[in-house]
Amino acid sequence: MAKKAPFPYVRTFFAWFLSLLIFFPLFWLGITAFKTEGQAIAGHLIFTPTLDSFVEVQTRSDYLHYAKNSLVTSVVSTVLGLLIAAPAAYSMAFFRTRKTRDILMWMLSTKMMPAVGALMPIYVMAQTTGMLDSIPALVIVFTLSNLPIMVWMLYSAFKEVPIDILEAVRLDGATLWDEFRHAILPLTMGGIASTALLCLVLTWNEAFWSLTLTSANAGTLAALIAQYSSPEGLFWAKLSAASLLAIAPIIVFGWFSQKQLVQGLTFGAVK
Amino acid sequence: MSKFLPRALLAPAVVTLFAWMIVPLVMTIYFSLIQYNLNQPGEHGFVGLENFKYFITDPDFWPSVLQTIELLGWVIVITVVLGVGLALLINDPFPGQAIVRVLLISPFFVMPTVNALLWKHMMMNPIYGVLGKVWAFFGATPVDWMTDWPLLSVVIILSWQWLPFACLIFITALQSLDREQMEAARMDGANAFHQFWYLTLPHLGRSIAVVVMIEMIFLMSVFAEIFTTTSGGPGNESTNLAFLIYKQALMNFDVGVASAGALFAVVLANIAAVFLIRMVGKNLD
Repeated sequence: MAKKAPFPYVRTFFAWFLSLLIFFPLFWLGITAFKTEGQAIAGHLIFTPTLDSFVEVQTRSDYLHYAKNSLVTSVVSTVLGLLIAAPAAYSMAFFRTRKTRDILMWMLSTKMMPAVGALMPIYVMAQTTGMLDSIPALVIVFTLSNLPIMVWMLYSAFKEVPIDILEAVRLDGATLWDEFRHAILPLTMGGIASTALLCLVLTWNEAFWSLTLTSANAGTLAALIAQYSSPEGLFWAKLSAASLLAIAPIIVFGWFSQKQLVQGLTFGAVK
Repeated sequence: MSKFLPRALLAPAVVTLFAWMIVPLVMTIYFSLIQYNLNQPGEHGFVGLENFKYFITDPDFWPSVLQTIELLGWVIVITVVLGVGLALLINDPFPGQAIVRVLLISPFFVMPTVNALLWKHMMMNPIYGVLGKVWAFFGATPVDWMTDWPLLSVVIILSWQWLPFACLIFITALQSLDREQMEAARMDGANAFHQFWYLTLPHLGRSIAVVVMIEMIFLMSVFAEIFTTTSGGPGNESTNLAFLIYKQALMNFDVGVASAGALFAVVLANIAAVFLIRMVGKNLD
């Protein structure tokens, strides 16, 4: 298990074997999307690819409409979340008081409330204000439910900034905004980026609120896919095409940002 | 700098989060004490603890509490054990390490509804699914996963989704393992197991705490994976607390009973949170 492992070939083989095994369902989804329904059920490995299912998905359930909803809700709630979380994290990281720790723990504990706990009030509120199945309702809920994680991640990133640097900048008479822009931002760009990345992934994939609060108008891709549960779940090629379209953007995005993302997700507890 | 500024910066987050916590909580408590069915508008009489009694005496109640805990426990055990194993396996450089990492992390980015449908239909369908075909290839009788092993199916689906996450956190942690110490241990005659047990595992302690915490937060209220695969069935065999509350709320339209259930879930979550915060509080500062 250390540097001079006795069987490097065996290890390499197993590493490849297991990772391919874990990836296999996605590979299968990917190729089924390009099959006809008949080929999909038969499970052929060799076939002539066709784009029919993708066309079908767009014409029948208006993929682009749902994709737009997903994009808008995840980007807007991430930006909004950063705007609220960053000042709070900044304040707690650089003006520590005895209460800082308690506030952080309290924030984390709100995230532990199961979403169903808030389902009824949120549903009733959305219904009475006429915001059921609307984008703003979804954005508000997404922003608030990610806020604790964002504050935590940003806090652990800001905490790493050496206080000497800040003091030096302050001595030079910099305003708060200067200090943030010229000292903190460049030093914590990685942490801020990973916070934003994680929130984009979480909101893009969020399913609980999009399944319960939306239908045709503000539905996100996660809700669209749920429609393929039954009876259309039997049409595997279309199910696969719709699924591939729903996950491809975020998976490719994730591949490029994985290192960044994982680093941030450990709340700075794992170096 | 005055005390005003830090507080002003902190305020928006604290105020919104406080509202996000307290408003639904107060409303839920209120709803749980009145008769409130969306199908019977106008009747909002005070009913005391009737809703709680109804929810707790529901025959689906205890099974769903147990299944919530089972689900959580199994997925955490599976992902931590396999995650550590995989992390150790791919920690040292080997040909194609970067590609292996990319393949491994992919399931983490798959949205729950896609994950669930992919497994339900294309993997676990007893006749056409991939697993069925593998079973048949080895001469075994294909399993009807969703009917015969509903809870296990959900555990498998969730483990597949969370394993990459656990594994990547462990890889990150392993990179800071003191190699000289390992070398010294080996020189002193420690075998592979001893090295793992006395050096690697304690080193991973913090990261295991982080993985358990984050998975607990997300798995406590698993919903979409159950909604799209088994719908809690057959019977109540794969219903967890979150799904039971959903059923009361948006399928029976009984806001009162659903709110009583929600309060129970909040209490359960708080019990878990007390343990977690103790554990994590030690690890994060």
